[in-house]
Amino acid sequence: MSETLATANMAAQYEIMERRRRVYTGLLLILLLVMLIGGVRIAEEANSGSILSGLPKILDYPSDILSQAYTRGWGFWLIPFEVQHADNGIQHTYFYYLIETINMAVVATIFGFAFGAVISILASRNLVKNQMIVWVTRRFTDISRAFPEIVIALFLIFIFGKNPIAAVAAIAFHTTGALSKMFSEVNENADMKAWEGLEASGASWIQKIWFGIIPQVWPNWISYGLLRFEINVRASAILGFVGAGGLGQQFKTFVDWKFGADIASIILILILTIVTIDILSTWARRRFIGKVAH
Amino acid sequence: MILNVRGLTKKFGTNTAVDDASFALEKPQMIGIIGRSGAGKSTVLRMINRMTDATNGVVEFEARNILALKGREKRAWQADCAMIFQQFNLIPRLDVMTNVLMGRLIDHSAVGSILRLFTRDERLAALAALDRLGIADHAMKRAEALSGGQQQRVAIARALVQDPKMILADEPIASLDPMNAQIVMEALRNIHEQDGRTVIANLHTLDTARTYCDRVIGMRDGAIVFDGPSEQLTEDTAREIYGAGEEFNEAATSTSINAIQDTTQQLVAVG
Repeated sequence: MSETLATANMAAQYEIMERRRRVYTGLLLILLLVMLIGGVRIAEEANSGSILSGLPKILDYPSDILSQAYTRGWGFWLIPFEVQHADNGIQHTYFYYLIETINMAVVATIFGFAFGAVISILASRNLVKNQMIVWVTRRFTDISRAFPEIVIALFLIFIFGKNPIAAVAAIAFHTTGALSKMFSEVNENADMKAWEGLEASGASWIQKIWFGIIPQVWPNWISYGLLRFEINVRASAILGFVGAGGLGQQFKTFVDWKFGADIASIILILILTIVTIDILSTWARRRFIGKVAH
Repeated sequence: MILNVRGLTKKFGTNTAVDDASFALEKPQMIGIIGRSGAGKSTVLRMINRMTDATNGVVEFEARNILALKGREKRAWQADCAMIFQQFNLIPRLDVMTNVLMGRLIDHSAVGSILRLFTRDERLAALAALDRLGIADHAMKRAEALSGGQQQRVAIARALVQDPKMILADEPIASLDPMNAQIVMEALRNIHEQDGRTVIANLHTLDTARTYCDRVIGMRDGAIVFDGPSEQLTEDTAREIYGAGEEFNEAATSTSINAIQDTTQQLVAVG
């Protein structure tokens, strides 16, 4: 008799829990809907009608650029490999500036990866006993993610002047925040059996991390790192706009000067580069993840 | 007195997992702790190894208070008190040799172990341990490529290179088929008999405890309800340990091949 009562009680408890879960889901959906509607209305108010009146002109600028590129004939394809506008103070080929842009992304990604890896471990609840350390580290990563690269870059340009160091530092800072967040999620999903096995045989904390966690998580770390590299190439091109060097800076110059053929050429090599990096990193990521998933 | 456990208690919130458990070892023995899941068997072993902190009680090993150890001394004790797990708890992606050498981490600094600066003697000891368990051929394979029974033997080899004073085995055969279960239990018995090491194994089957252990401790709801030589374990006592009624059948908790056949035949006869 008492057992059936207990069962009934448990069933009621479960019912309450289930109902609460449903209410939360409903509330969340309503919240999302409100935010969506609010966002659309704000955008509409800000533009108030200019979208419609601007529509007929939308193709003017691209056709202007393309017609300038067309007048260069076959020579257009050689633009990236020859120094253009030396008289205006441009010293290198666009190909050289492209390498500079990629280089900035590579260096920033490597630094961000290294710092992110270390910080992610301190931000993983399952790996650090002192939850205060986890909390403080997480807030730091929140802050480093909260600032967009461009804001940090503008700030650093004030300090270091207009050079790639500012862009690299800005991207590395943001990357550290982004990767440490992703890495710590990977870490927290790690299987702790190996960790326990090591702990039971007297391994130190660093030994448990190195042998119990790293072998499991590094393929995922690499995968996220490559994804971040892809994003960082774009970011370093954009940071050129604020004077941080690389292809972006040249692009900004030609947009100001309205050199259509150069603009078209730079857009083309940026697109090709990003597509290439995307293909390569997808391939590499598959290889790394494939190894884990058997 | 080798090991002396007195009033060992573990509370998780309001739930008491281990309730005032006491037992002592005068000489090296092979002990089986039996009881159904949730009886507190694992928690007892984890508290002795110091993976889990005890709420209350005393654990003395060779007159040393184990529960008070901290930092390096605690880790040195953990190396002295090797542990074997139901799920083997190896590093799946690393090779078998490295896994076995993990038993020597206590003697190496963080940098030394990261660079894998294990000595020649340690490597030889690891190979000898693998050879003793009949799996030296697999030394270069990744741990995850091995079968369950082989992985558990790798785990035992890791325990052996720790040169432990005691081996704690937490359900060492619960994930294994009867053949591999027998191999693993025989290996543990052999380590007890030849090396004179104490082995304490959590088992959930009566016949395994009877076959391999000198002494059986029965636990129910966190408390020790039986402690004595395995011969004294009657079916009535077993019923009490497992909290089962008249329908209790020892063969039902068995992993040995014969017993499984018996049960199957009975089931067929009934059906």
